[in-house]
Amino acid sequence: MFKKLALTTLTALTLSGGAALAAVVEGEVTNYSFSFEGPFGAYDQNQLQRGLQVFTEVCSACHGLRYVPIRSLSDEGGPGISEDQVRAYIEQNFIEVWDEDLRDYRPATPNDNFPVIDSAGAPDLSLMAKARAGFSGPYGLGINQFLFGMGGPEYITSLLTGYNGNDEEVAGIYLYGNDVFPGGLLSMSPPLFDGLVEFNDGSPNDAESMAEDVAAFLMWTAEPQMMARKKMGFTAVLLLGLLAVLLYLTNKRLWAPIKRRAKEN
Amino acid sequence: MSGIPHDHYEPKSNGAKWLERRLPVIGLLYDTLFIPTPKNLNWMWIWGIVLAFCLVLQIVTGVILVMHYTPHVDLAFASIEHIMRNVNSGWAIRYIHMNGASLFFIAVYLHIFRGLYYGSYKAPREVTWIIGMLIYLLMMATGFLGYVLPWGQMSFWGATVITGLFGAIPFVGEAIQTWLLGGPSVGNATLNRFLSLHYLLPFVIAGLVVVHIWAFHTTGNNNPTGVEVRRSSRKEADADTLPFWPYFVIKDFFALAVVLVAFFAVVGFMPNYLGHPDNYIEANPLSTPAEIVPEWYYLPFYAILRAFDSEVWVVIAANWLTGGIVDAKFFGVIAMFGAIAVMALVPWLDTSSVRSGRYRPMFKWWFWLLAIDFMVLMWAGAMPAEGIYPYIALIGSAYWFAYFLVILPLLGIFEKPLPTPATIEEDFDAHYGKPDADGDTVTSPAE
Amino acid sequence: MSQTSNETNQSPPTGRRDFLYYATAGTGAVAVGAAVWPLIDTMNPTADVAAAGTVRLDLSGVEPGQRITVNWQGRPVFVWRRSPDAIEAARAVELDDLPDPIDFPRENPNASGEAPALDENRTADAAGEWLIVIGVCTHLGCIPLGQNGTGVGEFGGWFCPCHGSHYDTSGRIRRGPAPRNLDIPPYTLGDDLQLVIGV
Repeated sequence: MFKKLALTTLTALTLSGGAALAAVVEGEVTNYSFSFEGPFGAYDQNQLQRGLQVFTEVCSACHGLRYVPIRSLSDEGGPGISEDQVRAYIEQNFIEVWDEDLRDYRPATPNDNFPVIDSAGAPDLSLMAKARAGFSGPYGLGINQFLFGMGGPEYITSLLTGYNGNDEEVAGIYLYGNDVFPGGLLSMSPPLFDGLVEFNDGSPNDAESMAEDVAAFLMWTAEPQMMARKKMGFTAVLLLGLLAVLLYLTNKRLWAPIKRRAKEN
Repeated sequence: MSGIPHDHYEPKSNGAKWLERRLPVIGLLYDTLFIPTPKNLNWMWIWGIVLAFCLVLQIVTGVILVMHYTPHVDLAFASIEHIMRNVNSGWAIRYIHMNGASLFFIAVYLHIFRGLYYGSYKAPREVTWIIGMLIYLLMMATGFLGYVLPWGQMSFWGATVITGLFGAIPFVGEAIQTWLLGGPSVGNATLNRFLSLHYLLPFVIAGLVVVHIWAFHTTGNNNPTGVEVRRSSRKEADADTLPFWPYFVIKDFFALAVVLVAFFAVVGFMPNYLGHPDNYIEANPLSTPAEIVPEWYYLPFYAILRAFDSEVWVVIAANWLTGGIVDAKFFGVIAMFGAIAVMALVPWLDTSSVRSGRYRPMFKWWFWLLAIDFMVLMWAGAMPAEGIYPYIALIGSAYWFAYFLVILPLLGIFEKPLPTPATIEEDFDAHYGKPDADGDTVTSPAE
Repeated sequence: MSQTSNETNQSPPTGRRDFLYYATAGTGAVAVGAAVWPLIDTMNPTADVAAAGTVRLDLSGVEPGQRITVNWQGRPVFVWRRSPDAIEAARAVELDDLPDPIDFPRENPNASGEAPALDENRTADAAGEWLIVIGVCTHLGCIPLGQNGTGVGEFGGWFCPCHGSHYDTSGRIRRGPAPRNLDIPPYTLGDDLQLVIGV
């Protein structure tokens, strides 16, 4: 189903490859296949909902999504839960946000963004899937980006399943060994294990499946407009393609007498 | 306008005559639109229209983006996400603006290299060339300023590194750098002035574009043969040229549509391919990314900047000769700007009597080597400055300077050019008059 | 263009050629139009502003006689749990005494069609305890005084200090330059006293 790709410094042999190199992709990232890859790919709504559940029950203890409006959970092309469900989600999970006017925390409304959570020093995850992008494919010609997505969700999944047990204590801080994280040591403990989250629809809840689900969800938080974007891409390419054909014919017709006269001379 | 005899605007109605006596704007537009254009222009002459389109595209999308953007270090990054998530079609406008910069530079490089191959810079078109180089410099400045605005990690550290170039100037460098930044480091003052200048410069570019067009409408277009349009009689001029509208407008629009198909495929399906992932991390003045890589369009000159380290003999020599004033850092800056300066001076460095590279058998090889050199430098600029890469960059830089300062002047002396066609008409007829040169000239269905 | 004479000789214009030119121009126009609309649309309210068009509020803590102000779409909405005196005063007014006796649907979206500016038509509940109006003077957009219970004007409702418009306890203009009664926002208020403005 998915093949191992060694996305090491090879990616850098390119035009924008330097960019790919600096994207700190050092370990081995597995090229998982996601439903939203390629020009025809689309988000799997059920997967996004499962990913939201994993994020809420596991990740959100330490990580925020500060740029993501909660209401966008009900947007088209996203997890697509109803507005009532969004309000229920806020209530059930006691989501509170800091209100600058009240100088206090208050219950979130759908129009608030997900809360900023930085107490544990963990990075915000809103844009992580795009900030950890960077596989540009063979010679970085962008073929991979075009066909297999930009690589961020693959990195996240690989990282979450990449713990190898070679833990070390460095300067009094316990660090966990990870094959994917640059440097091989990471302060986040392995967050997922088999059966941690129970899905309503009975979807597989082994660590790898959950990692894929949450990575897909984080791709959506980073690029919520991906479906609209691909639609625009198709519309523009088709319309401009038609225009190009018509302009080609017009141009040919226009120049025909000029070229004919050149022949006569 | 260009001294090529052609029709001029004759106001017919009383209103048109009234206006033309006071402000000959219709006449000006008429002369611009119907200007006689060499009829043998090939497909490399389309980039001007693409560039004009890019300028309009960037100004229009930019004006909209700035309506939703907040130039403050605490809010800039979030305001970009606001554009991407909340503004109607904001994501599309932003991705188009982002990738529009890349299209702009692809087009300008092809435009410049077309000019270098066909000798479009040679007399009497030196002023067109110099204005073009000014536009190119301003484009680089505008692109750099704009890249800082999203306030990601690459924005911040790019700004730090590039303004650091000015810090390399002896004696006054630090004062200039502080003046540019509005403080000891990149901060809120920097962000605000960068937005102001990023908004201003495109309009300066637009003004220079008018001058650029004015200049080559005065001399007339160059063309693939480099042979001038005959101007002695109307009949001869008509045989060499066609009016810009509709012949070249439609042709250019066709090319533009093809270019835009590719452009929107990138915007729609891989909009972040040419960007740097680190710019999706908010700027952090306390943590430098693993490697700072400029946008791809700066890479050749970035490679030249980095090529000259303190172990290169020219740098050591320059250091010794100036008593230590020119160190490796400053030398790199001089080399980078020098690489553009020699390109601007090419009208006086090329000594050949023949304009077009088509009739210069030796020149061709050196030209294509320069084009490859440009790509190699671009690649080397993306590589880390260690191992073999600095050497590659150094060889590439050396060739860049050698091409303009040594090879071009000498070629004019040693090269024996091929005979050029007597007229543009002859070239055109030779191309399209060949039997079956172009199938569609014979058959014209339903006419 | 210089070609015109030539083309009439060699290739007289035909319907097919005209069609090609029209098709090209038409497709070009469609492409330009498709590009222009998103540009214009960017200046419409953004998704967060549109979402802020709905405000939810629990009114169960509001005491009789208390007035509170709610920010809705950047404008103040006056919510007043009126005392029996204020209700009585509002309901005693004859339509003939009102400068603006008709509330149009735009001014009172909760009424069906044009409604006489009777207090019964302007309150949230039949008993008239809850009055909810937009706190923007219909004259030139100042915010009338009266929410803190002082400076309520001669008719006990609100008084606009800018040009001296007096509103009564039903938010109707009674004296001064303002042309219309205070507008009523679209809202719902159920028996559970959960107020939703902007639906």
